[in-house]
Amino acid sequence: MGGCLEALKPEILFSQASFKEARDYIKTNIREYHEVEPGYKIFDVHIIGVPPLYVGVEGEDLVFPYTKPCHGTFVVKVAGGEETARLRARKK
Amino acid sequence: MTEKTALILLGCPQVPVQTSMALYLVHGLKEHGIRPVIAGTVAARKLMEIADPGRHYLEEMADLDDTIDEITGKQRDFDLCFVFIHNDSGVAYAGTMSYISQARVYALLFGEHAEDLAKEIEFPCEVVAAKAVHNPMPLKRKLDEVMQWAAVSKR
Repeated sequence: MGGCLEALKPEILFSQASFKEARDYIKTNIREYHEVEPGYKIFDVHIIGVPPLYVGVEGEDLVFPYTKPCHGTFVVKVAGGEETARLRARKK
Repeated sequence: MTEKTALILLGCPQVPVQTSMALYLVHGLKEHGIRPVIAGTVAARKLMEIADPGRHYLEEMADLDDTIDEITGKQRDFDLCFVFIHNDSGVAYAGTMSYISQARVYALLFGEHAEDLAKEIEFPCEVVAAKAVHNPMPLKRKLDEVMQWAAVSKR
């Protein structure tokens, strides 16, 4: 995991997938999800991929795809904090 | 007239042709008066730096995340963007560049699955694909054609 994400102490829900598989995982397994644009920033982490990209909300946590150049895309869960309200407040 | 710039976005350096082709691309861009900036993982950048200790080709080297941060923050952008792709992550990064940057994006696909990966690209960019793993010549030939065109084109 990258240094920035590591600091968020992520739980890895799905690993070494394609960005499309990560998208499907969030859509299938997370009831509340919001579409974001490529490059959308959660804390210090940019969401990488091809639209549509989804960020899920599960209780107090955020679930999102995290792409590493050498190891594919992971779906991770981190404490959402103020990022959850910012995500929900976005214009549809 | 402002200097034209190109971002060269390196992928995982697992496939041998990447470093060689990236240095070749840097040389070609400079020959056409285009200033190259290289972004990539630490390993990908180190391979470039070690191959050019006298810095005859390389100028600015940048961290991948920092570069994306600058582009999304509208602090910086480029005229051209070449993304080296040999896996799914590379496609994801090219898709992101196509969305966040005003640059003309070139997806340079190589490796064993270049043709299959090319079919995954459904966003605006120029696709250059060649099944090149150890021998860079198939990709070099295609890149030569594209570079001539890239040098004279506007955004």
